[in-house]
Amino acid sequence: MAAASAKKSAKAAPKKAQSKSRLQDLPKLYREMLLIRRFEERAGQMYGMGLIGGFCHLYIGQEAVVVGMQAAAREGDQMITGYRDHGHMLAMGMDPNGVMAELTGRAGGLSKGKGGSMHMFSVEKNFYGGHGIVGAQVSLGTGLAFANAYRNNGAVTMAYFGDGASNQGQVYESFNMAELWRLPIVYVIENNHYAMGTSVERSSAMPDLHRRGESFAIPGRKVDGMDVLTVREAALEALEHCRSGKGPIILEMMTYRYRGHSMSDPAKYRTTEEVKKVRAEQDPIDKARAHLLAENLIDEAGLKEIDREVKAIVAEAAEFAQSSPEPDPAELYTDILR
Amino acid sequence: MPIQLLMPALSPTMEEGKLVKWMVTEGSKIQAGDIIAEIETDKATMEYESVDDGTVGRLLFPDGAEGIKINTPIALILEEGEATSELDGFEVAAPAEKSPEAETPAPERAAAKPVQAAAKPKAAAPSAVEPEVPEGTKFTSMTVREALRDAMAEEMRRDKDVFLMGEEVAQYEGAYKISQGLLAEFGDRRVVDTPITEHGFAGIGVGAALAGLRPIVEFMTFNFAMQAIDHILNSAAKTLYMSGGQLGTPIVFRGPNGAAARVAAQHSQCYAAWYSQVPGLIVVAPYDAASAKGLLKAAIRSPNPVVFLENEKLYGRSFDVPVMDDFVLPIGKARIVRPGNDATIVSFSIGVAKSLEAADLLAAEGIEAEVIDLRTLRPLDMETVLASVRRTNRCVSVEEGWPQSGIGAEIAASIMEHGFDDLDAPVIRVCGKDVPMPYAANLEKLALPHPEDIVAAVKAVCYR
Ligand SMILES: Cc1ncc(C[n+]2csc(CCOP(=O)(O)OP(=O)(O)O)c2C)c(N)n1
Ligand SMILES: [Mg+2]
Repeated sequence: MAAASAKKSAKAAPKKAQSKSRLQDLPKLYREMLLIRRFEERAGQMYGMGLIGGFCHLYIGQEAVVVGMQAAAREGDQMITGYRDHGHMLAMGMDPNGVMAELTGRAGGLSKGKGGSMHMFSVEKNFYGGHGIVGAQVSLGTGLAFANAYRNNGAVTMAYFGDGASNQGQVYESFNMAELWRLPIVYVIENNHYAMGTSVERSSAMPDLHRRGESFAIPGRKVDGMDVLTVREAALEALEHCRSGKGPIILEMMTYRYRGHSMSDPAKYRTTEEVKKVRAEQDPIDKARAHLLAENLIDEAGLKEIDREVKAIVAEAAEFAQSSPEPDPAELYTDILR
Repeated sequence: MPIQLLMPALSPTMEEGKLVKWMVTEGSKIQAGDIIAEIETDKATMEYESVDDGTVGRLLFPDGAEGIKINTPIALILEEGEATSELDGFEVAAPAEKSPEAETPAPERAAAKPVQAAAKPKAAAPSAVEPEVPEGTKFTSMTVREALRDAMAEEMRRDKDVFLMGEEVAQYEGAYKISQGLLAEFGDRRVVDTPITEHGFAGIGVGAALAGLRPIVEFMTFNFAMQAIDHILNSAAKTLYMSGGQLGTPIVFRGPNGAAARVAAQHSQCYAAWYSQVPGLIVVAPYDAASAKGLLKAAIRSPNPVVFLENEKLYGRSFDVPVMDDFVLPIGKARIVRPGNDATIVSFSIGVAKSLEAADLLAAEGIEAEVIDLRTLRPLDMETVLASVRRTNRCVSVEEGWPQSGIGAEIAASIMEHGFDDLDAPVIRVCGKDVPMPYAANLEKLALPHPEDIVAAVKAVCYR
């Protein structure tokens, strides 16, 4: 990904002067967000058709978070997240065909159909999953960062978790050790305001989640997670903090999920008006599109072209995910031990 | 060809839904991502987004149409350049009739059924009679979900020290809708929503029990109780012993255990054998609604820590439950759910359903299998099992969990120790395969035991 060059320019140029180059990548970021959006809509549709089973947690509404973060990352940086992971994998450059085929549980899926929506991995792309136990990825991510520090390889880990996950005890055990040992990790809290049906206010005694590292002396920032450029800026700073040996940092991304927690969701804990209002006023993709047009970085025809490209990728992924065969029955017994 | 929009499924068990409202009209131009309709089942609502660009050609159902089967076309979309004449020849499917309650055991559906509406007493006891049920008692059909809820509600009315805590138990009424109506009746002092902090709230539950309260701690599923297993074992199970009998822990840890549908390795596992190994714990794993109710009430009254293993796939199934003021079953008593003399099948929880199916198949071939529902896994009612094997001389154990050190392994070893001379064949264990649960539909099916596997095992012990 071009993330590496973005990183270099950020290092070289002083803050203000980069505002032109700051916008330069916007068409690309817009396209990446749109790919996630369209991919997730299709996944939702395929779930509706019975092609995807079990849990399926869509990322619609939160696209700017992972795309902005990834735009600041460098080759070799690692990512780990929970079960709401499709967007993260696409942003890591993982094959949409392989992701969608995993959702349908087929042999062509990234985990050969054995992991499903919540469990995909890519050693090649430095994506360490895809975890179903809320909070587990925080300790695991801290361990990845431990390995980076151990090897002194300059890589940073980005561990993503939700507002709900941020109450798990192992998060704080990890925070303590990460700061104690100055581990290079960005804790990205995706605060979409709800954990299933529980709002942050109902679950957190101190709801400013970016301040959750204070008693360990871990700095934290609150970031508008609905604006991809703002996210990228915060990410550049955070990654720099880690790379310069200052230890962990917390980014609380204020974001929103439009869809239910998983596919089935009684939706009684919030009003449709609330969802509609966020969608109408803060949608990260609409915002990027408007920005692109206002700055004359693209015209309507250019947008149409991006639309077409993205749709073709998603259509191909959906086609692949349906035509790829089910895994061979012998796969039941493989990959248990090496 | 116009694009057909189909009625979507919102969950693996959903069969039909309601079209609440169209957000577009015929002739509306739509783009991918636009919300075109609101769809609802009794558990969930969903905004239906278009994944295509085009013009709405025809809406095939009106606002408010109910009972639309999934995958039924609900609208036709014309792609760019398609004329409305393309719509001709498309038959409008009539809304499917709402299927009767009895045919829809899916948990999602049963979820919305008002719990109180269940009492339609009818005569005739179910197959095997419980000694706890007096002659002439009427029975009513209810789901396991309702039975569990009623058990908690009755015990909370009876004892002010009983309270329920867990993730989403109050306002959401339970992720699997077990605590429906409890917040409304008992208030938020006694029905407590927790953050996602299993280790913490399990410990808080144990502490409250040490102080004499009677907590019911719900785990959203037992997979997440792994976060808390330290408190279940080290704090709850061992304190009475460590305190020389001073300090007991009257607490119930409950929630769904075992395989759910298509949720893969981290969300599909049976912990029955794990907890059943621990001295100081009581472990209950009911199959039907009556056992669920009678044993949960007993568990809540127990002065000991009880791990109460439910099963998501059983929540929506209906069974006859005795209509009694206070129906409590004894912990530690297995039940013969189907008598037979040719072989003994021993199981618990959803394994009993599979065993009963297998027994039907076997009967058709002239083999009368006895099916025992263990119901309690610790203490294990080996007396009932051994007495049965004394008659049948053959035994097959059935569980969804892994074979090694499983419940079946314990049963087989116990029969060998205490009933070796009664056996005419080695005990066979039918188990889940020795693998993590795969996601793919075909592999998941292969990983779980099925009635056919039980049939084959029973035939093998009968040398047929
Ligand atoms: C240890 C554990 N407890 C409970 C669950 C069930 N569960 C899955 S997701 C979820 C809500 C998490 O919310 P949040 O962390 O805010 O992430 P979001 O879903 O909003 O992305 C819960 C309770 C789980 N998977 N693991
Ligand atoms: Mg959340």
